[in-house]
Amino acid sequence: MSTKIVQQPIRFAQVSGNFVLRTVEDTGQMLGFFMQALRAAFTPPWRVEQFLAQAEFVGVGSLFIILLTGVFTGAVFTLQTVSALEQVGMESMVGSTVMLAVSRELAPVLTALMVTGRVGSAMATELGTMRVSEQIDAMEVMAVDPIGYLVAPRIFACAIMVPALTVIFDVVSGIGAYTVAVGALGIDEGAFLSRIEWFLDPFDFTHGIKKAFIFGVLIAVVGCFKGFHAKGGARGVGLATTQAVVIGSISIFVLDYVLTAILLVFEG
Amino acid sequence: MIQINNISKSFAQQPVLKNVSLNVERGKTRVILGPSGSGKTVLLKNIIGLLQPDSGEIKVDGENIVGINPKRMLDIRKKFGMVFQQAALFDSMTVGQNIAFPLEEHGNYSDEEISSKVAQALEVVSLEGIEDKFPSELSGGMRKRVGLARAIILQPQCVLYDEPTTGLDPLTTDDVDRMILDASSRLNVTSVVISHDVGSALNVADDIAVIHQGTIVEDCKAAEIKNSTHPFVQEFLGTWFKKQ
Repeated sequence: MSTKIVQQPIRFAQVSGNFVLRTVEDTGQMLGFFMQALRAAFTPPWRVEQFLAQAEFVGVGSLFIILLTGVFTGAVFTLQTVSALEQVGMESMVGSTVMLAVSRELAPVLTALMVTGRVGSAMATELGTMRVSEQIDAMEVMAVDPIGYLVAPRIFACAIMVPALTVIFDVVSGIGAYTVAVGALGIDEGAFLSRIEWFLDPFDFTHGIKKAFIFGVLIAVVGCFKGFHAKGGARGVGLATTQAVVIGSISIFVLDYVLTAILLVFEG
Repeated sequence: MIQINNISKSFAQQPVLKNVSLNVERGKTRVILGPSGSGKTVLLKNIIGLLQPDSGEIKVDGENIVGINPKRMLDIRKKFGMVFQQAALFDSMTVGQNIAFPLEEHGNYSDEEISSKVAQALEVVSLEGIEDKFPSELSGGMRKRVGLARAIILQPQCVLYDEPTTGLDPLTTDDVDRMILDASSRLNVTSVVISHDVGSALNVADDIAVIHQGTIVEDCKAAEIKNSTHPFVQEFLGTWFKKQ
C-alpha cells in the first residue's frame, strides 16, 4: 500500500518529465529544421517555380473555404452581438465590435486553422509519402537539397498567402456582418459604418496580419517537419498527418496568446 | 573507385554492419549478395552518404566521404546514379520530367537538348515514347527501367542498384539483368548491385561479396563463388541451386 502511494507520484513525474523533454526536443529540432530551410531559401538556385506552385495551392486553393468561413463568421457573430447589445440599447456598436474581434483575432486564427486542416495536412502527407517511398532519398542522391527544393518554397508560400487570406477573411466577414446587421436586422447603415470608422485603427488590421504571418510560417514548418521525418509506411504517413494538424492547431492557440500579449505591450 | 574500410553501423544499439571492408574496381560490376536483413541496403546507403557509419572510412576516388561537409557531398554524389528498390520515381511528375530532373538541376541545357537526352536515355532502357506517362501507369519492371534512365542521364561514373530484381517475374528479371549489363557495357560505368537473387547476381557480376549478419563472409570473382567453403555461402547458394 505504502509502496503504491510512493510509486504513483514517481510515475507521474516520469511521464510528465518525458513529455516535457520530448516537447523541448521536438521544438528544438523544428527550429533547426526551420533554420536549414531559411539558409536553403537564400542560397541559389532560386526555387521560384516551386514557390509559385505552392503559393497557388495555399492561396488560390484555400480561397473558397476562407470566403465561406469568413462570411458566416461575420454573419453569425453579428447575430450574437446584436442580441447581446440590444439589452443595453447599443445595437449601433455592432459593426465596430464585430470588426474589432474579426480583425484582431478571428480572421488570423480561423484562417490559420483552416489552412492547417487543408494545407498543413497535405504537406505532411505529400512529404511523408515521398519520404517512405524513398523519393526524398532519390533527390538527395541526385545531389539536390530536398530542404531547398521541397521545404523552403512551402514555408515562403504559407508566410505570404496566410496573411493575404486573412485580409480576404477580414473583408468578407465585414460583408457578412453588414448584410445581417443592415439587411436583415435593420441596423442603421450610417451608424454601422461610422462606428467602424470611429473605433477601428489600421493597427487593428496589421495586428491580425502580423499574427497571420507567424501562423503561416508555423503551419508550413510543422507540416513539412512531420512529413519529412515520417517513417514506417502508410501508418507513419497517417501519424505524421495527424500530428501536423494537432500540433499545428494547438500551437496556433498558444502562439496567439503569446503574440497578442507581445503586440499589445509594444503597440498598445 | 570505392574503398570501404572497416565500417560499422548500429541502430539503437543493434549492430547492422560489423567491420565491413570492400573494394569496388572501376568499370566492374560488384554484386553484394545476402539474405533480407543482412545489412545490404544500409551498406549501400553508407556508400552514397544517405547514412553515416559509426566508424571506419569510405573512400570515393581516394577521398574519404565519412563526415565530409554536405556541400562537398553533393559534388561527390554527382559521380553516382542510383536505382532504388521501388524505383522512387517522383509520382507528381511524368516519366519525361523524372528523367529530365537531374539535367534541369545540374545542367544548362535548352528544352530541345533535354528532350533529346531524355529520348536517348529511354532508348537505352528500351522504353521509347513513354515520356508523357505517369509512374502510376507503368509496371514494376518499367518503373525500374525508367529509374535506370534517370540514374544514367548525367552519365555518372558509378550506378548503384538497390535490389533491382525484387518482386519481378522471371522474364522481367532477365530484362533487368540485361539492362544492367547493357548499361555497364554501353556507358562503361562501374556498377554496385545489392541483391538476394543468386541467379541475377551470377548473371551480372564480375565480383561478388556475400554479406551475412552485417559481416562480409565471402569476397571473390563471380566464377569462384560456387567453390566457396564458407558454410553460410554454401547453404545460401545450395538452396538456390536445388531450386534450379
